[in-house]
Amino acid sequence: MTDMLYWQALHRALDLEMDIDESVLVLGEDVGLFGGTYRVTEGLMAKYGEWRVRDTPISENSFTGLGVGAAMLGLRPVVEIMTVNFALLALDALINMAAKIPFMSGGQFPMGLTVRMPGGVARQLGAQHSQRLEHTLMNVPGLRIVVPATPQDAFWQLRQAIHSDDPLIVLEHELLYFRKGQVDETVPPLLLHQAKIVREGRTLSCIAYSRMVEVALEAADILAGMGIDMEVINLRSLSPIDWDSCQNSVQKTHRCLVVEEDCVFAGAGAELVATLQDRCFYFLDAPVLRVGGINLPTPFSAALEAESIPRPDTVVQSARDLVSRAGNTK
Amino acid sequence: MDRTGLLRILRQMLLARTFEEAAAREYAAGRIGGFLHLYPGEEAVAVGVLHATEPGDYVVSTYREHVHALVRGLPAREIMAELMGKKPGVSGGMGGSMHLFSREHRFLGGFAIVGETFPIAIGAAYAIAYRKLPEAVICFFGDGAVNQGTFHESLNMAALWKLPVLFVCENNRYQIGTEIHRHSAVVEVYRRACAYGIPAVRENGMDVLAVHGAAQQALRRVRAGEGPQLLEFETYRYRGHSMADPGTYRPAGEVNAYQDRDPIRFLETGLSGSPADRWQAACPGPDCISSFGDYCLAQGHLEEDCFARLEQDTAREVQEALEFARQAPTPDFQDAWAAFTCNRGGERFFEGESS
Repeated sequence: MTDMLYWQALHRALDLEMDIDESVLVLGEDVGLFGGTYRVTEGLMAKYGEWRVRDTPISENSFTGLGVGAAMLGLRPVVEIMTVNFALLALDALINMAAKIPFMSGGQFPMGLTVRMPGGVARQLGAQHSQRLEHTLMNVPGLRIVVPATPQDAFWQLRQAIHSDDPLIVLEHELLYFRKGQVDETVPPLLLHQAKIVREGRTLSCIAYSRMVEVALEAADILAGMGIDMEVINLRSLSPIDWDSCQNSVQKTHRCLVVEEDCVFAGAGAELVATLQDRCFYFLDAPVLRVGGINLPTPFSAALEAESIPRPDTVVQSARDLVSRAGNTK
Repeated sequence: MDRTGLLRILRQMLLARTFEEAAAREYAAGRIGGFLHLYPGEEAVAVGVLHATEPGDYVVSTYREHVHALVRGLPAREIMAELMGKKPGVSGGMGGSMHLFSREHRFLGGFAIVGETFPIAIGAAYAIAYRKLPEAVICFFGDGAVNQGTFHESLNMAALWKLPVLFVCENNRYQIGTEIHRHSAVVEVYRRACAYGIPAVRENGMDVLAVHGAAQQALRRVRAGEGPQLLEFETYRYRGHSMADPGTYRPAGEVNAYQDRDPIRFLETGLSGSPADRWQAACPGPDCISSFGDYCLAQGHLEEDCFARLEQDTAREVQEALEFARQAPTPDFQDAWAAFTCNRGGERFFEGESS
């Protein structure tokens, strides 16, 4: 068990996989000499050489597509797209190529491709650098998407993603890179798409992913002081979704709140709410609620930006609202 | 090239033509659905280029790729079955006309989005260079694809890292219905390669031996580690963009003129006609065609009945492919899910999951 920053956990995962398997290579903008915008690939070029850690030109669609082509020949490329905002330029490679080639070829070509990209609202980066893209990627059959929220998740989920023969998207969060947490490199890890209960509770279930897990946990602390016992689930994966873990929690608490940083409209939360409402209808004491980003391009101004996405106090407010709804038996 | 080689080339071109015309009839009869982009007119390019490749090379193609697959050695019957969406099709009926794949033949697909072949090709080439193998990647694309960003992005990376790719432009002068002077500021595609320092040559795409020679030469340079090369072949498609396109944007005279320059007829004339015929036929590219005709005649490779025999032979092969494809079973959803999940090696996603 070691204390690591989130970026260090990702770095450690890459280093271990590259050391074990020569078919693993890294490519992206500034991943080599510069060491990665968030230091994730620091020192790897010096250790493994430029053919395994490749600095690319600013050509997102083609270097992601290069990863697809290399994966067709059995390599395991880990493509870093500097931010999800730039991944919009690589959607053809991700959606039309990576997600569809294994299927369109009748299964002849596995796709051992991993694409890492940080996203989310950070600190005043403006509307073009603050997006979330999970809603788009989730709607693509063939892509698997993980959303590590802790250094432990980051370490193991990246390693497992690299091992997979399906295309894997690892959605990282810009504000999580310098979070510290314990990483246990020896325990058998959770399965790649397994959700995890990170705080047990009885009054309501809160399902969150990526940075919203820490927001939900902060809210749970505040709610505990109000006598509300909120269970927090770190979803860890957006495609596929561990429905059984979510359902088991909701059947225990009878109430469910979904927290997402993405815009609420047609976001990841919409899928969670619709399916859980369906799976848990007869166990629910109130409708499943969502807290999420407002439907506005992210404002630059700091105060507006902070208010455009869920915060602990807005989660607390929604949780209290949910608990006060008719049908509460507690 | 020896007699066997020449006759193989002629047979491939005839097979390609017969296959595509049969596919057109099957489409008209309702046995092939969806989009169907046919190759008649352009055979010299696929046949000439692919005869210069080695079995270890990889081929990446577009949605007009039946003939590339055929020449690469994918069985005609399995291609036809794929066109009909049948289970024994090369892609199990999951791809269709525009998505032919064969791991065995190193055929990395037909791609239906214009410009996608470039990144796939440089990715495959990166893997080859990474492993220090002597293989090459052949990347086909049309004149319409050179205005996509991926053309420029990928040529840049290919040149930057000296990747073993042969870029092959099948310039048939039309991006669907828009003539090249209306879609490109520079209509000589090969000239664009100089922006990336990639050696490029323009060749008569109606002359199969010229195509073959250019491809051989370029591939030799690729294999010598000199980095990517680009070839532009001027060619023409006799049909519309797809079976849904009557091609009314082209003057009839233009189509007829090009059909006169039909590479198959060229070859036939060159092999069996009088010198006057050959000279007439050679008008658009006198040097290449006349030298080709002279070569074939001087070698005395083709007897009177040989051409007819080849025609019968290829017609029989296509007929067998049709019968096989028509009778083949269609895939079911079990096959579809198997195609989707077969690379997971039994991986479990969640605790308690049944698989």
